[in-house]
Amino acid sequence: MAHGGGGRAMAQLLDSLFRPAFDNPWLERQHDGAVLDMPGSIAFTTDSYVVRPLFFPGSDIGAMAVHGTVNDIAMCGAEPQYLSAGFILEEGLPLATLRQVVESMATAARATGVRIVTGDLKVVERGKADGLYINTAGVGRVVAAHPIEPGQVQAGDRLLLSGDIGRHGIAVMAAREKLDLESAIESDCASIAAPVLALLNEGISVRCFRDLTRGGLASGVVEVAETAGLAAEVREADIPVREDVSAVCELLGLDPLHVANEGRFIAVVAPEDVDRAIAILRRHGVSEAAVEIGQFIEGSAGRVTAQSLIGGSRIVDRLSGEQLPRIC
Amino acid sequence: MTQGNAAEPLLTRWRISVRGVVQGVGFRPFVYRQATALGLSGWVENSPEGVEIEAEGDPLVLERLISELKHQGPVSARVDDIRTAPVDRNGVFRAFTIRESQTRGEPSVKLPADWAPCPQCLQELHDPDNRRYRYPFINCTDCGPRYSLIEALPYDRASTAMRHFQMCGRCLAEYQDPGSRRFHAEATACPDCGPRLAFCRSDGSILAQDGAALAEAVEVLAAGKILALKGLGGFQLLVDARNAQSVQALRERKHRPDKPLAVMFGSMAALQRVCRVSSEERQLLAGPERPIVLSHTRNHGLADNLAPRREELGVMLPSTPLHELLLGDLGFPVVATSGNRNGEPIAYDNEDARARLGDIADGFLIHDRPIVRPLDDSVARVTAGHPQLLRRARGYSPNLALPFPVSPGWGATGGHLKTTLALSTDSGVVLSPHLGDMDSALGRDGFDRTVDSLQTLFATRPQYWAHDRHPDYFTTGRAVALGSKQCAVQHHVAHIAAVMAEHGLHEPVLGVAWDGSGFGDDSTLWGGEFLSLDARGYQRLAHMRPFRLPGGEAAMREPRRSALGLLYGVMGEGAMEQETLPPVSDFTRAERWLLVQALNAGINAPETSSVGRLFDAVAALAGLCQKASYEGQAAAELEAMVDREGKPEPYRFDLSSPDTDGPWRVDWGPAIEAVLADMARGAPVSDISTAFHAGLVNVIVRVAEQAKLSRIVLGGGCFQNASLLESTITALRGAGFQVFWPCQVPANDGGLALGQLAWATRLNQKGEATCAWPYRDA
Ligand SMILES: [Fe+3]
Ligand SMILES: [Mg+2]
Ligand SMILES: [Zn+2]
Ligand SMILES: [Zn+2]
Repeated sequence: MAHGGGGRAMAQLLDSLFRPAFDNPWLERQHDGAVLDMPGSIAFTTDSYVVRPLFFPGSDIGAMAVHGTVNDIAMCGAEPQYLSAGFILEEGLPLATLRQVVESMATAARATGVRIVTGDLKVVERGKADGLYINTAGVGRVVAAHPIEPGQVQAGDRLLLSGDIGRHGIAVMAAREKLDLESAIESDCASIAAPVLALLNEGISVRCFRDLTRGGLASGVVEVAETAGLAAEVREADIPVREDVSAVCELLGLDPLHVANEGRFIAVVAPEDVDRAIAILRRHGVSEAAVEIGQFIEGSAGRVTAQSLIGGSRIVDRLSGEQLPRIC
Repeated sequence: MTQGNAAEPLLTRWRISVRGVVQGVGFRPFVYRQATALGLSGWVENSPEGVEIEAEGDPLVLERLISELKHQGPVSARVDDIRTAPVDRNGVFRAFTIRESQTRGEPSVKLPADWAPCPQCLQELHDPDNRRYRYPFINCTDCGPRYSLIEALPYDRASTAMRHFQMCGRCLAEYQDPGSRRFHAEATACPDCGPRLAFCRSDGSILAQDGAALAEAVEVLAAGKILALKGLGGFQLLVDARNAQSVQALRERKHRPDKPLAVMFGSMAALQRVCRVSSEERQLLAGPERPIVLSHTRNHGLADNLAPRREELGVMLPSTPLHELLLGDLGFPVVATSGNRNGEPIAYDNEDARARLGDIADGFLIHDRPIVRPLDDSVARVTAGHPQLLRRARGYSPNLALPFPVSPGWGATGGHLKTTLALSTDSGVVLSPHLGDMDSALGRDGFDRTVDSLQTLFATRPQYWAHDRHPDYFTTGRAVALGSKQCAVQHHVAHIAAVMAEHGLHEPVLGVAWDGSGFGDDSTLWGGEFLSLDARGYQRLAHMRPFRLPGGEAAMREPRRSALGLLYGVMGEGAMEQETLPPVSDFTRAERWLLVQALNAGINAPETSSVGRLFDAVAALAGLCQKASYEGQAAAELEAMVDREGKPEPYRFDLSSPDTDGPWRVDWGPAIEAVLADMARGAPVSDISTAFHAGLVNVIVRVAEQAKLSRIVLGGGCFQNASLLESTITALRGAGFQVFWPCQVPANDGGLALGQLAWATRLNQKGEATCAWPYRDA
């Protein structure tokens, strides 16, 4: 990779790689930006992707860069439509690697029905950018008739989880540290837009969505509860965690509730809509294992308790990231 | 001594202000009696600050009254300060009177703690002719519930839980009679007007009351079943201490497989049939605070599963008239453990107790006197001849006698486990009782309630809050929410500052802070620290060689992980091949392989210099304990193996000077090699334990000699290890050092709040409070 100063080499790269891969009329126009026709409210979000390694079981940085931003748009109660993509490449990155990432992005975008309509590419010196960073931003059309946000959550609302947790974080960690796990654990990286839109379109009273990326289920629930000024309780036994994931977590002293996901979300819904919402979620592959895991209650704002099997309960805290034991 | 009217020109009138623990302890009737006997006229009253007196008479006689106030007060009173000032002789005093309480101003009086029945009350309790014969709530101004039932100050019946009980004529007469032991005994009651006992099932159905309720409880215990009893500060779970099966049932229902259980005996004689108690221990046991005392046992006739693999047993005497009656009727000792579920705070409300303890207890002996402030039983032991508190609660809370003033207006939120809370007020430092662990919702609720109620009780709203540096302690978040300014105090500095505070030290000291772990200034886990502290600041002089803890917090529950991390520090991946070592073989090959990869990669494997974890590692290597079911189990089981008469060669710890001007490092390498060699040749565990303890003591003395400071302060949970503490004291004294250790406040994290407060306000400073770090805006 030596496509430095924006000259002929860069143009070649766009012609041979990006435009064919992302294949849409906006890119074909070869203009400075994309002109979009979007009536009504739009949701707008951005995120940067710096995951190491670039490829890991079940997914890669390219698919993550699409799904991550698509999912954030969906969490606003909107249908994801257009993305931008900015690339920062380390000089010397094999072209084949870049091609693989771009194709993965294209596949992810196609599967989700979003278009990557504008972008940017920069190459930085060797030793910087760890090979490749990607930033994506995206917009989507708001479909929810009312605000979808933590402030809408009321005591008594139920907490639905779209599937098993902890796989993405473990898969990436195992790939990065070259851990020799007994069974391959694959990232859950996926778009969650379809089931989210289905819930909204079928009139479920959704108060709030939250995708469970960094900080895991624990951070997601604590943050929503904090903003809502409520407490929450979850039933540990009802939270799906694959056996191999929980075995690795237990041995490494990690709490699956704190491990990152890339294709999981919580939906907070009115109690009377629980059964219907679960049925809708289960119709979609990405949320076919959706379950109700608990509810919001009056109480100390942001306090989340997990009821364990043996009848005890523990507090689920959002941690600072220092990850140092608190026991003296 | 009487003054005739003819000598009127000789009369003077003094205003006398008394400060200290002087309310609710019979101080006013005492003043009344002394003043009347001396022929003085005037009055005495409770004020928000303490007791105020105006007395008129001959100056010499007034002097004599002052001296009597100082030296002859009631048993539970503690006079800190007496001030006198002459006042104008306005009006005429006809006699000496007790006046009603004033309610103006800020309350800053010290609250009396809750005490066991006094000898006179006990005598009445057992006297068939007394109207309070076998009345379980008998008390007087010298004894009974105080802090636990006070709702507000000044301390008057109307602001206690006793306001729910209207005194009968006879009780009222005693209450109003300055000559009576029950003059203004705020909690006084009798069978006609006071609280009543009831026996009920967990569904709340009452089966019996009064004496019959007690009889039902006796029957439950005699049948080997579990009784939940509402004690003074909360519920306790009781079971026949002779019956191993019953004890086992309690352990199973409480999910507490190994943790030692305390035993209550009906009398000192019964206790001495089982335990060898020294005279200091006897004094501690029989004192009005009635703590649980850890003592060496003979274990005659008690169940063998009370304190598995431990040498000490917690023993105690009845702490209330109710316990006195129950134990008397039973005729055998009972296990008495806190009425809680594992990890939660003690239950103290009837409804709540039935809900939380319903599937543990077979019956409930309750009463209708509400507990306003929950209190666990205190735990103490005698160390080097002095009482040492391991858990500070009933009988001691909330007062703390410090030998110096502390700037008022500060709070400190303590640690994450064994949390206590400290406030500085105009009249001194208040330390909350043990509030338990902040990992449960109930624990956090209890903390928040105590913050509110102590601030209200002492009419103080500190703006400055000290806290631990750990960002994820619950109490760190609370300090930020509570104050407008915060001061983060390093964990081990707080441990040492707490001991300096209680001993009034402000000179430079060498602090040896050894514990499980605390957040260090370099964001690693500290726990084997040698710190020099003086009024200006502190320096980390030396620390234990760090090693990694595979699994982070999981290592706190599994000593085998500490051992693996330690071995990894010595021999790298080769550690995993040491299959003859118990902690290694306790993992499967696959588990070991994953853990070594996690250690290589530094995944959730924080570095620690903790001596607590070093104890865990050695206990695991010696085959004692691979997984712990309670905190400190491995270290305690290793301690129990110490042979005090044994003289194996102490293990060697190397003291290496730093490359630059950083701290020295205490290297456990040679000691661990010696452990492995001893294991390989099949040496008895007691030799290993003894040599390990002795090696640690030696290295403390060596660091002390290097540090060239004459005062050594010991703190942190590792010094709950009596063997380590006592031999360290002896060795340091032998080498010419002055040694200080935690006595009034626990060595463990229960002492952090005091240390934080003392450090943040700086020892012995008045006026403007200073802080070790720049204030951080909330
Ligand atoms: Fe500590
Ligand atoms: Mg995102
Ligand atoms: Zn008494
Ligand atoms: Zn009465």
